[in-house]
Amino acid sequence: MNRLNKLFESKKDNLLSIYFTAGYPELNTTVDIAEALEKAGVDFLEIGFPYSDPVADGPTVQHSSEKALANGMNLNQLFEELKDLRKRVSIPILLMGYVNPIVQYGIERFCKKAAEVGVDGIIAPDLPMYEYETLYAKHFIDNGLSNIFLVTPQTSEERIRKIDDLSNSFIYLLSSSSITGKNLQLSTAIEDYYKRVKAMQLKNPAIIGFGITNNETFSKACEYARGAIVGSAFVRFLANENYLEKIPEFVKRIRG
Amino acid sequence: MKYGVNEHGYYGDFGGAYIPEMLYPNVEELRQQYTQILNDPGFKAEFEQLLRDYVGRPSPLYPAKRYSEKYGANIFFKREDLNHTGSHKINNAVGQILLARRLGKKRIIAETGAGQHGVATATVCALMGIECVVYMGEVDMERQAPNVSRMKMLGAKVVPATSGSKTLKDATNEAMRDWINNPVDTHYIIGSVVGPYPYPEMVAQFQSIISLETKKQLLEHTGNELPQYVMACVGGGSNAMGMFYHFLDNESVKLIAVEAAGQGVESGHSAATTFLGREGVLHGSRTILMQTDDGQVVEPYSISAGLDYPGIGPQHAHLYKVQRAKYVNITDDEALQAGLLCSQLEGIIPAIETAHALAYLEKMTFKMDDNVVICISGRGDKDLNTYIKYFNF
Repeated sequence: MNRLNKLFESKKDNLLSIYFTAGYPELNTTVDIAEALEKAGVDFLEIGFPYSDPVADGPTVQHSSEKALANGMNLNQLFEELKDLRKRVSIPILLMGYVNPIVQYGIERFCKKAAEVGVDGIIAPDLPMYEYETLYAKHFIDNGLSNIFLVTPQTSEERIRKIDDLSNSFIYLLSSSSITGKNLQLSTAIEDYYKRVKAMQLKNPAIIGFGITNNETFSKACEYARGAIVGSAFVRFLANENYLEKIPEFVKRIRG
Repeated sequence: MKYGVNEHGYYGDFGGAYIPEMLYPNVEELRQQYTQILNDPGFKAEFEQLLRDYVGRPSPLYPAKRYSEKYGANIFFKREDLNHTGSHKINNAVGQILLARRLGKKRIIAETGAGQHGVATATVCALMGIECVVYMGEVDMERQAPNVSRMKMLGAKVVPATSGSKTLKDATNEAMRDWINNPVDTHYIIGSVVGPYPYPEMVAQFQSIISLETKKQLLEHTGNELPQYVMACVGGGSNAMGMFYHFLDNESVKLIAVEAAGQGVESGHSAATTFLGREGVLHGSRTILMQTDDGQVVEPYSISAGLDYPGIGPQHAHLYKVQRAKYVNITDDEALQAGLLCSQLEGIIPAIETAHALAYLEKMTFKMDDNVVICISGRGDKDLNTYIKYFNF
């Protein structure tokens, strides 16, 4: 049982996850940011590794990716920065990024290295289910890594069931069909979708992401799922000076 | 078909549908419906009627007399430049707009490099009265300004892509983001044989009319439907795939795909994908692309906006890997010189994309009775400024 499963067993609701892009705004701060977030009471983290062509991302994450790449971030650098991760951070960590950098690094090598530094799972938004099942799953499982699938309001019930079968930690429920960084406009349609997924009684817990920017959207998401993920809002916050010191304030604003 | 796609959307090791979940329903809808729609007699009749009466097909297969004398072989030009809107791109745009209408879509988006696909898409949207948004790299908008005006005149909205290299790959990213944000009512008309399955296959089928006609026309001209050589330029590779399609299983026909070397393959300013690229994932398919050791996509360069793309379609990647087709490259200078030569020997000003294919004739050695077909994928009106600047006319 990895850290993610333990977390979902021990804490039942209001789970807060934060996404940030490694290498933004500067190199060699990944573990500092992670440590500060854990101390501020965040339950788990998604560390993004940048890609030149992030098609599922809006301007905020695009910008952070460009900056991170310009700073020299890549998977070698990231794994180097994460070498002593588990001496300082104990909450679950996911790596999030597009599939081409993983292909170039080598899937087997990537999974081994991720497990070695203490990563618990992977979110690769453009890794399709068929390729995951036939080519990737073995390496994820061998290294104790969870693969996190996304579900959108347009995902069919049949497909959600299949995703639930293939998942072993949680399901990432997108608040809307959109790229990252859009403001969440709660509507009855979205609430119906949350309710529909909740009523399916999946074996994996659901965590809601995309459009979670403040206490209001976080609280709303927590009514329908075990917790929520804040991404672009935190990436924007990292543009502040002395961001490390201000992290507790940021987390407090979300938690309310 | 030996070189065709399998049930999972792969050509050998290449293809598939590497897309975020947000695009899954859109792509899945297409996958489930496109074969049925394309084979529907009503669809076929409408497609053929529009290609004939609106596009002006069949396009001529012109025996290029002076080229034949110069290069010592029977050289034929497949005149896609004579199509309505000036390039082969209209074949696919007509097919996809009819498909979009049958899928009940109310809004069309497209990416464009040289602007030829954008113009073709804006044209068919005007024809059908459907809203049209075209994404175009900011750099391309500048170097292909006449096409931007044409799209606007046709009623399309042209949105500049300002990220990355501000060219075709970035326009493609922006179009994909638009599609993610508008999953229900919008159809994305991809202009080349790239993207997640079924796009590469669908676009290849719409463009395959080029080689279908060529076989018939060649039979009339030479008594044999098979030539020795078939040549075309390759960016993403749609005119080349259309030109190769019905010759793929005729192994005696040598297929030559000409990529853009830009300022030279070693110059750091090139778009010669098979020469400089490695296997990876780009815009939804596993293919060959130009990238760094870390898997970041490299910004390509070519004087020709239509070839300025860091990848090639997955079927091309397959044809390259199994060596069914030969992939070569031509520099900016060689292409511009070939454009001038074609203008003055045959009275045809070719698009700079096309000029790359023509330029490779210089590097070939033919036998006197060889029959050679070159796809004249587009006309050069849009490139006049570039030609004028280069030759100081």
